[in-house]
Amino acid sequence: MKKNDLKGWLYLLPAILFLGIFMVYPLIDVCIYSIEENFNFASQSFTGYGLHNFRYVLSDPYFVQALKNTFIIVVITVPLSTGFALLLSLALSSIRPLKNAFQTIYFLPYVTNTLAVGLVFMILFKKTDYTDGLVNLLINRFGGASVDFIDGPYWAKIFVMCFYTIWVVLPFKVLILTSALASVNQEYYKAAKVDGAGAGRIFVKITLPMISPTVFYLIITGFIGAFKAYSDEVALFGTDLNAAGMNTIVGYVYDMLYGNSGGYPSYAAAAALILFAIVFTITYINLRISKKTVSYN
Amino acid sequence: MKVVLDGLTKRFPNRNKKEAGEVVAVDHFTFEIPDGKLIGLLGPSGCGKSTTLNLISGLEEATEGRVFFGDHDVTKLPPEERGVGLVFQNYALYPHMTVEENIIFPLTNLKGSARLSREEMHKRAVQTASLVQLDGLLERKPKELSGGQQQRVAIARALIKTPEVLLLDEPLSNLDARLRLQTREEIRRIQRETGITTIFVTHDQDEAMSISDMIIVMKAGVIQQIGKPQEVYDNPVNLFVAQFLGTPAINVFNAKVKDGGLWIGNDRVLDAEGVPDMEVYAAIRPEGFVVDPEGPMHCGMDRLEVMGRDTSIVSVNDAMTGKSIRSIVPAESVPDADAAEVRFSLKPNKVFMFDAKTEERVGAVR
Amino acid sequence: MKYSIRKYVSKTFIYIFLGLWAVAVLFPFYWMVLTSVKEYGAYNAEYVPKFFTAAPTLENYAAAFSGVPLARYFLNTVIFTAATTGLMMLVIIPAAFAFARLEFKGRDAVFALFLSLMMIPTELVVITNFVTITDWNMRNSYLGLILPSVTSVFYIYLLKENFGMIPDELYKAAKVDGTSDLKYLCRIMIPIAMPTIVTIIILKVIECWNSYVWPRLITDDSRYFLVSNGIQELRENGMGRENIPAMMAAVVAISVPLIILFLIFRNKVMEGVSRGGTKG
Repeated sequence: MKKNDLKGWLYLLPAILFLGIFMVYPLIDVCIYSIEENFNFASQSFTGYGLHNFRYVLSDPYFVQALKNTFIIVVITVPLSTGFALLLSLALSSIRPLKNAFQTIYFLPYVTNTLAVGLVFMILFKKTDYTDGLVNLLINRFGGASVDFIDGPYWAKIFVMCFYTIWVVLPFKVLILTSALASVNQEYYKAAKVDGAGAGRIFVKITLPMISPTVFYLIITGFIGAFKAYSDEVALFGTDLNAAGMNTIVGYVYDMLYGNSGGYPSYAAAAALILFAIVFTITYINLRISKKTVSYN
Repeated sequence: MKVVLDGLTKRFPNRNKKEAGEVVAVDHFTFEIPDGKLIGLLGPSGCGKSTTLNLISGLEEATEGRVFFGDHDVTKLPPEERGVGLVFQNYALYPHMTVEENIIFPLTNLKGSARLSREEMHKRAVQTASLVQLDGLLERKPKELSGGQQQRVAIARALIKTPEVLLLDEPLSNLDARLRLQTREEIRRIQRETGITTIFVTHDQDEAMSISDMIIVMKAGVIQQIGKPQEVYDNPVNLFVAQFLGTPAINVFNAKVKDGGLWIGNDRVLDAEGVPDMEVYAAIRPEGFVVDPEGPMHCGMDRLEVMGRDTSIVSVNDAMTGKSIRSIVPAESVPDADAAEVRFSLKPNKVFMFDAKTEERVGAVR
Repeated sequence: MKYSIRKYVSKTFIYIFLGLWAVAVLFPFYWMVLTSVKEYGAYNAEYVPKFFTAAPTLENYAAAFSGVPLARYFLNTVIFTAATTGLMMLVIIPAAFAFARLEFKGRDAVFALFLSLMMIPTELVVITNFVTITDWNMRNSYLGLILPSVTSVFYIYLLKENFGMIPDELYKAAKVDGTSDLKYLCRIMIPIAMPTIVTIIILKVIECWNSYVWPRLITDDSRYFLVSNGIQELRENGMGRENIPAMMAAVVAISVPLIILFLIFRNKVMEGVSRGGTKG
């Protein structure tokens, strides 16, 4: 039996090694960083332990801006993308010809590099000296005035950011919802039709309860994903997100760590822990709500 | 190769950690299987049959006791050094390999001088496949075969390394009724041809009775009875064995012995001389009933079920432990289905008495 | 009659709705391909962009590959993707096997620990990993890029579940035949679990190909840039902000491999993502 124990651990060794070095140790380390005050990256010295880093981060206008941006992303994109994905999935599951083609097209954004496509969005929305950009020309045609969505007013930047975020996260949601809808037993629908229930009633009384676990799963993962937004913003507004006023919490963490404003791992750690606390709390609340409302069968 | 089990015991730690103690899956098994016989190991699910098989194969280690193959103590040997072939209920074929690859897989594990050449392996595969009548199917994948064919592949895989002992764990349970009959004949034939000592685990008493040289009836890890199938059927040592063997199941009545007679309700159905007065269970095989207008046993008529050659009479009696009495009688002696009552006399050799407390067999009726 | 007309109308609306979103999804792709084949001068002369071009040209692609070391970024990304995915399989397959098949002291406790690690976001550990890799002098090296992402608790979990579905009897049968655990893993379990393994490989390849954050942190030498960093570099400093057609050519070039992979393995990818993927 001893030999078997050893063998089991041997098979696990690589995984344990990697997870230990790059997951468990950093987890402890990040907590230590966050309470080391006035940490100096060059001399690896600090002046004492305390909550100064958290106070600093929370009073940093850049962090406050990042916090605000992140919350806007979460509040706008999660409900909109989930609702819109539900509409698309319902429409998809009600057709037969072209269904596969639509599904394939809708999934494309998932497999493309978000930075690459972000560049295309930037070109479509940006107003330059040479051209107002395609979107603005469209707005002009309907009688509106051109706006620079990339370097212009805050609301315009928020709009393009949320639009792009939704464009990026939809494939996953549509895919998951379509397969959830497909797995609802068709006999429920037949029974409901025989009972004379209308389409709206069938949706509210049968479809929605049946797929509610999936919807909640998407909402939870959607919240987590939206709170970690970063690459999409870089794709649209460039790496200097603070200057653009479009930074996110994750962006703030990286900026504190590296680049022109970097070299402050303690501040980065504090910000990352604040993010983790927020995500954890929201997820916990979500799970509590879903436990109460989701019907499983 | 004869197989000897000596005080074989397997205890598992209790799954539910809150409960103390251990689960005894196999409790002091002692018996000897003569060389070249087919043994049916029979019992309800969870009685420790499969554990016994795993102990013999070496997949599990015994807590106590020893296993001998011939005179050779194999208790401490790992499975691959015991020379056993094992066949499973769900065949356990490797789905990504062809029939031939499946069959020769055990040979590919041989090392050093025992290792065979490719051609030799192929030759052996063809031979073994032909023994189990799989000729021409060697290139197929398991999922392209019927259940019966898959099971024969599993048997071929177990046979190819010419094991000392062949172990079959519920080999027929996944087959449909017709294939089950066919395959069990097949197993019998292969066993006869190869002469390999074979142990066959099943919960289906029909199966065990029909092909075994000898059956072992188990309950809760303890051997209840060992013997030739007919002997065990005709002479069950306790109520459990009596109930476990036979379809339809034996009819069990609350009864008593009084003044040298066996009483069911108010009927003195048979003589039971020399048996002291006591509460008993009277168990009557369905074929032990004879329709007899003058018979001593009174039952309420319920219905008739015609089964072709025979007819099954379903009747009721207050002393019956189950719902209704099932008796099987020849078609010509069928009573009137609309009558309120049916009377039986009983064949003494089909009636057994068991102590109401211990459920052990007592005395004999005449 | 009335019923069928209503049905016809509603079907039409559904198709229009679906079609509109399909256009919204495809349009950026169309635009990037279109722009990438427009001649530089012609593009800049269009105040109102044209929806097609009469004279498509490939010179932007030549410009993209010569203006920045795009080929080098490609090579780096291929090396990074292959090495990370390969190493990860070497790490997670034995681990999943140990959890699913072997019995040893402490297994369940370690597994519970692994599961709890699934909740930890990478953003939290990236700080220390950055410091670790810097301390190991692995910035601007392949190892530094690769090492932190060769383990995934989630994939271990996914594979362990799949291994667990392979019936016990197969293992017992192999044991009786004297098969070693390693041989059983290689000859029986891996082939049977191949669909899941392929799924994991595809998901990991997508993840690697699109990874941006970690490579950005750990490389500032453009010789070690991956395509994502290359794109970003291109946008900020490369070939002048004005050469948008060349930029789009680069974007097309780095998007095409994954799109092709997706179109070939469409069902595998979609099935894999719905079973085990998350956003991005």
